[in-house]
Amino acid sequence: MDLSFTPEERAFREEVRSFIASALPAHLKPKAEIDGHFEIDEIMEWHRILFQKGWVAPHWPKEFGGPGLDVTRRFILTEELELSGAPALLPFGLAMVGPLIMQFGNDAQKKRYLPKILSGEEKWCQGYSEPNAGSDLASLKLRADDAGDHFVLNGQKTWTTYAQYADWIFLLARTDASAKKQSGISFLLCDMKTEGVRVRPTLTIGGTHAFCDTFFENVKVPKENLVGPLHGGWTLAKALLGHERTLVAAVGSSARTLLRAKRIARDTLRDGRPLSDDPLVRAKIARMECRLEALKMANYRAIAGAKHGHAPGAESSILKLRGSEIVQGMYELCLELMGHNALTWMNPDGTVPGSEQWVGPNYNYLRAATIYAGSNEIQKNIIAKLILGLPS
Amino acid sequence: MQFDLSDDQRLLVDTVTSFVKKESPVERFRRLRDEDSIGWSREVMKKMGDLGWLAIPFREELGGLGGSFVDVALILEQLGAALVPEPYLASIVLGGMALAHAGNAEQHGRYLAPAIEGSKTLALAYAEEDGRYDLARVSTRAEKSAKGYRLSGKKRWVLNGHAADAIVVAARVGGEVADREGIGLFVVDRDAVKIDVVRTMDGHRAAMVTLDGVEVGADQRLGDEGLPVLERVVDGGAAAACAEGLGLMNASLRITRDYISQREQFGLKIGSFQALQHRAVDMFVETELARGTTILAAVRVEDPDPRERQRGVSIAKVHLASGGRFVAQQSVQLHGGIGITDEADIGLYFKRMHVLNALFGDEDHHLARVAATG
Repeated sequence: MDLSFTPEERAFREEVRSFIASALPAHLKPKAEIDGHFEIDEIMEWHRILFQKGWVAPHWPKEFGGPGLDVTRRFILTEELELSGAPALLPFGLAMVGPLIMQFGNDAQKKRYLPKILSGEEKWCQGYSEPNAGSDLASLKLRADDAGDHFVLNGQKTWTTYAQYADWIFLLARTDASAKKQSGISFLLCDMKTEGVRVRPTLTIGGTHAFCDTFFENVKVPKENLVGPLHGGWTLAKALLGHERTLVAAVGSSARTLLRAKRIARDTLRDGRPLSDDPLVRAKIARMECRLEALKMANYRAIAGAKHGHAPGAESSILKLRGSEIVQGMYELCLELMGHNALTWMNPDGTVPGSEQWVGPNYNYLRAATIYAGSNEIQKNIIAKLILGLPS
Repeated sequence: MQFDLSDDQRLLVDTVTSFVKKESPVERFRRLRDEDSIGWSREVMKKMGDLGWLAIPFREELGGLGGSFVDVALILEQLGAALVPEPYLASIVLGGMALAHAGNAEQHGRYLAPAIEGSKTLALAYAEEDGRYDLARVSTRAEKSAKGYRLSGKKRWVLNGHAADAIVVAARVGGEVADREGIGLFVVDRDAVKIDVVRTMDGHRAAMVTLDGVEVGADQRLGDEGLPVLERVVDGGAAAACAEGLGLMNASLRITRDYISQREQFGLKIGSFQALQHRAVDMFVETELARGTTILAAVRVEDPDPRERQRGVSIAKVHLASGGRFVAQQSVQLHGGIGITDEADIGLYFKRMHVLNALFGDEDHHLARVAATG
């Protein structure tokens, strides 16, 4: 047993840290400091900086332009990026469709799409959920009818986050209406500029336009945009869940929010004394710290397992589940510590201390963390059957 | 980072698992619990000594095998999973480690060597009334006498105190009741003290120890300042509790899963109901996390920096308190009425978990330490 990082790994962490400190543009730093909401141009500016450095896709293999980092360095890079407060990159291309194209796409598709995902020249969004197909994803209805050299798409996708900025959408569509649920689905790539595609952004409870509804009306998609086998899209949908399970725990983000909580507790006075002197407050913070440390250990075990080429073990199945709960718990803690300042909503700078300014919106938006990428209830269904072997 | 067991460690786990299966199924603990006995078997303890398990954490010059605390944790996990009642924790992790850290060669030969063989056992008496988990709150006095020292005071809930051949006792040689300085450790023959045997919730026995002017020789004092050793040893106890607790969690989850997979109601296996499946997954999550925190405690407990040691151990003990208690409680809940009966094994696991949580610092105690070291 060895819980320490090697000197080389520690040096890599230092390298990442000092790179971020010097490369993050000065005009983004104030927002990073308070975990404010980054606009799309700001996110893409940071994307291009990381692309130049070669670190934009920590988990991509070298042959596709990734940095060729081992699993531990991928974790360190991701953790440090989260810890820094720098803009979180859009995951739809880098973490979702990119790896799927690598695994299931043909050579032409790899050549056509991967470089532009990496460079940030093309932005992607995800078309999975529909108004009546959320957790029960396989009941999706968007039709892709065979029309010779192309498909014709009709239907609606929802929760298509950042569709309003996207150049492309990857989607699951029903190509065989007669087959039973999972087996008639195909995985398609669609240019968002195609005639008949319409996007309607939705205001989230976080106060920002992240989600969208995306409508398809007689949208033509060339057959060369089919990834993987016809009617075989469900395999790709499942594969996505298996990708990079060592990076889903968000321990860097949660560690950062814990520091925020400690800072708020230090800077907030009650009876003329900092809240952080109060044993009840200290215990509350310490409890979240223990939860985070326990999660970190599970994450380290998953990383060490992956490094030795083990199949993802039981510990990796809990990372998204507990990681998302902790992400939420950290913001809940901050909000509680703020007292009356928890009332604030999108007010001018100076209304509340900067460290508290974005707690409310982030707390709200991050309720999504236990819902997206397979709600935690769906995750539990999967673990109950696949790992615990409980009867169906 | 490296979490794989070595070949030796894998062999150790296999040996302990098959030994426990053969020598100590849960019925044995149940029988010893209900008989008029010390609650464990000297013969089984001797076998553990013969297998070398009791020698693992001690340095080679003390007759030990120079193993790590991770090795100890691996043993305790398996002993916990089968509710093996022998006093590994009390005799080796507490009494034995206190002697190893504080004693001299003569004391090692006289008291530690037989404990390592398994022919005799040890105990550690530190808890006092009103002391709660503050190890510096020692009111038992050790006054200088012609022979050496005269010990007076009362110690509570001494694990294996009823059966140990010798007991390591914390007593004050100077200073006031909560001072960090002036605490000495003494090794005392059990026959020299007054023992009141008490029952603990988990079906084990323990002792309330009264020292009524007990005369001990100067050669029975272990080292000089006792508190740093005591703190280190009790942190070892907490790390050991985490390891045993992990075994309890694993076993509770397995027993409960098996139960809900065969019990039928409404014409269906109750394990097919989503409410129960999700509860079982919540138990699984806490158990998986406990494996990581147990490793954290087992590694950090040997850290030379007391701050690192305390922090790692406390994080793990907090998780045992919350996650371990959750698994124990939900195991009983998912068993339904049968879980409330003494005949079902799950209640035995439930009780042992609560005893571990009350030992070596409870949740609040360890949360405060995490806050102080964060």
